[in-house]
Amino acid sequence: MSFRNLPLAIDHERDKSTLFTPEIRAAIDKHIAKYPSEWRQSAVMPALTLVQDANGGWLTQALMDDIAVYLDMPPMSVYEVATFYGMYDLEPQGRHKVCVCNSISCMLQGSEELIEHVEHKYGVKPGETTADGRFTLKEVECLGACRDAPAVLLDKTYHEKLSPDALDKLIDDLE
Amino acid sequence: MTDKLNIEIDGRVCEAAPGEMIIAVADREGISIPRFCYHKKLSIAANCRMCLVEAEQGGRPFPKPVPACATPVGDGLKVWTRSPKAIEAQRGTMEFLLINHPLDCPICDQGGECELQDVAMGYGGDVSRFAERKRVVKDEDLGPLIATEMTRCIHCTRCVRFGAEVAGVRELGATGRGEEMRIGTFIAQTVEHELSGNVIDLCPVGALTSKPYRFTARPWELTMHDSIAPHDGLGSNIRLHVRRNQVMRIHPRDNEAVNETWISDRDRFSYAGLYSEDRLTKPMLKQDGSWREVEWTDALTLVAERLKAADAADTGWLMAPNATLEELYLAARVARGLGCANIDHRLRQQDFRGDAADPLLPWLGVTASELERQQAILLIGSDIRHEQPLLAHRIRKAALAGAQVVCVNPIKLELNHPATQLMGSPAQMLSDLAAIAKVLGARGSSAANDLIGAAEPTDAQTAAAAALREAGGQGGGVVLLGALAIAHPDFTLVKGLAHAIAAAAECRIGYLPAAANSLGAYLAGAHPDRLPGAKPSETKGGAVAEILDGTSKTLVLWGFEPDRDLIDTAAGMEAIGKADFVVACSAFRSAALDEMADVLLPISAFAETSGTFVNANGTWQRFQGAVAPPGEARPGWKVLRVLGNLLDLEGFEYRDGAEVQAELAALCTDSPLDNAPRGDFDASPASASGSGLMRVGTIPIYAADPLVRRSTPLQQMPMPRCELAVYLHPQQAAADSLGPGDIVYAQQGHQGARLRVILDDHVPMGCARISGALAGSESLGPLVGPVSLERVKNP
Repeated sequence: MSFRNLPLAIDHERDKSTLFTPEIRAAIDKHIAKYPSEWRQSAVMPALTLVQDANGGWLTQALMDDIAVYLDMPPMSVYEVATFYGMYDLEPQGRHKVCVCNSISCMLQGSEELIEHVEHKYGVKPGETTADGRFTLKEVECLGACRDAPAVLLDKTYHEKLSPDALDKLIDDLE
Repeated sequence: MTDKLNIEIDGRVCEAAPGEMIIAVADREGISIPRFCYHKKLSIAANCRMCLVEAEQGGRPFPKPVPACATPVGDGLKVWTRSPKAIEAQRGTMEFLLINHPLDCPICDQGGECELQDVAMGYGGDVSRFAERKRVVKDEDLGPLIATEMTRCIHCTRCVRFGAEVAGVRELGATGRGEEMRIGTFIAQTVEHELSGNVIDLCPVGALTSKPYRFTARPWELTMHDSIAPHDGLGSNIRLHVRRNQVMRIHPRDNEAVNETWISDRDRFSYAGLYSEDRLTKPMLKQDGSWREVEWTDALTLVAERLKAADAADTGWLMAPNATLEELYLAARVARGLGCANIDHRLRQQDFRGDAADPLLPWLGVTASELERQQAILLIGSDIRHEQPLLAHRIRKAALAGAQVVCVNPIKLELNHPATQLMGSPAQMLSDLAAIAKVLGARGSSAANDLIGAAEPTDAQTAAAAALREAGGQGGGVVLLGALAIAHPDFTLVKGLAHAIAAAAECRIGYLPAAANSLGAYLAGAHPDRLPGAKPSETKGGAVAEILDGTSKTLVLWGFEPDRDLIDTAAGMEAIGKADFVVACSAFRSAALDEMADVLLPISAFAETSGTFVNANGTWQRFQGAVAPPGEARPGWKVLRVLGNLLDLEGFEYRDGAEVQAELAALCTDSPLDNAPRGDFDASPASASGSGLMRVGTIPIYAADPLVRRSTPLQQMPMPRCELAVYLHPQQAAADSLGPGDIVYAQQGHQGARLRVILDDHVPMGCARISGALAGSESLGPLVGPVSLERVKNP
């Protein structure tokens, strides 16, 4: 949504140097530096990714609020981004994320089969985590790998042209 | 590029400005295009797609229908809003919008005034082709004002854009994606912004509706009456929706020069106070300590006798600044007819030493619409969002357009726009102003010059002065004085310094009126040294401070509550208690009035009387009564007319309120809207006294007047920093060995109140923020004045 008076900057009156860790702050700062100074909030997506990765793969409301403080933006704008994109998770996740693309190309090439297979074999539905906490199954929107559908994003790695057996092997290799 | 161009809509040639959107031109021409997300005051989202039209430019048709709200006009543009292609596109959009919309119009509060319902009548199918499950969305509690039924939401995002663009607070947002998209607060919180009620009007469906009005009436049962909001100095144009002699709800009326299309929540929901249980419905007389209902004639005869017998020098008239112009004028006539010039409406002012130098009619200095075009605004002593919610919005607009806003305040404000806030104790406020004046090379009265001489400007003050000078040079600077300046013990010096700054920086100076009719009170002569027409009076009467110095024997209290609406409630009530005869004309009964008055006269509240308010711009806005007053309550001007007759005063034979207004208007033909001082604001500083704590008493937005205080929905709203408590800076609390939650006895004069300590770094050192006009604050002294805190050992 484009508002008439972007960006709506908010001074949260909190000390930014107490947020996150120095490493995370430095990493976010690198992204902030890519944008004009009044557009700090443009770094919200990488910031969410960095903070989520440091928090075991999911975001709490408190962390999102901290990002809002760090980027001088309204908390609501952070929630909007975090709830819109599939790669941000707002609930505790397994140690790994198995993200099966279920958009049109992958669906035509058998992604539903992949999902059914994982559901059947590991007893998890999309959005659920295995009992041993090994992985969370996620059904995601287009991964942009249509050429080699069906595609699965395993944590941060793309795996393409997968069959249920090939996916099994990948999952079995997860710790 | 500024040239007009011609486009053709439905075969009609229309003039348009380059860059304008098709829908804006069509609206101006009266050609209707259905829409949900488009709103003239909000950014363009183009996400509902309802306004699709067929168009061609330069003979080349657009390949598909285009959204009229997001397609700018161009030379040779031809638009068809009703062609088969356009209608087909609109019908298609309508079908999609209705897919997830529940068919619950019969139980929906919006039914009968619903944009979706209306448009569906024109473009919807008779039978839905959608056989799948509709989605259901969980409701959120947005607080006591806004009811939600989010399943009905069609995601137009008007409410979201309103928050971001107008309110400046992103309380509502669109979370989730696609089918999962939801409008809400996400974290389930109350929507608190003082303008948030406008989303009720903005919502095109029944997703956001008015909670107090919910399920009480249908729109076709309501009759509409134009009126003027009775609270802040802006005088928002409103429309009362009335059913069976009851105000059911209030909507804004468009008036670009005043309230644009918005109203504040205070103006929208205060009507609920009309139906509080403590309405005064009969004239009452206190005899031997107990109250007895009497007839109007008996009550007024007695009042007339007592007023006539009273010594005019020991008589005082205190008028609420939101009484109507007619009431104020007739009261001033009665008072002066009896030889009494002790009449005043400045109930929350304590320093009257500058009266002789005051402008005859202190007004806003700029019009409300000019305010948003200023380049620099110096705001002195104003909790602007609480005092004047929509003028605060104008200032925000100016700030977002690049204006420098500088606040000199005894508290730090929560502003939703960039501003430089110089926060300091009341004495520090004088130094801040003096420092700005020094940078500008300003000179004022001798006391002001002493302060200016002693000032050592800081960087912030220098920058503020430079911004004012630069804007002033271009005719775009204004210095505004608010309620905290008026309540300042050195209001005279504040004015002096403000005028000196304005003169040196070539800025204009403006006074934020305390209430809906403060300007009207000057024009009506409800002021110790103003005659009707705001003309200076030869005989000077006593101002509020003098009327309430404990020597008055006879008092008339009009439309306010002495335990809430006076600057120094403790001393004020004591003085009223000492008077022999007190007449209270009020729409409401209260324990304090029962205690202090001898006669209670029931007068009409807002919406029950005709009248006129003169707003901050000096615009006269007349309105008619919409409902009859309850019981035997009567419009105030009629009461005063009869009183005038009983007192055998001449010229009280008015047939209607309009005649009263016309008589006053004839006296106001040359009333100057000129804020130039008539003399020197000279007074030695009173607030610079040593080390003691100073109370900073703001008036919370929903405690401002008797009507608002009785509006249940507004009273349920959270008002951050406005609880009845002592707000102290953490360091100040530490210095006084106080911690959060401690109970202290806050003493002003020989009275005080037990209050809880809350730590708040928005309060300067040396100050204790204790709101006024709250239940429990009446035993305290001046809103701005010395206070001592002592910990209560065993609370």
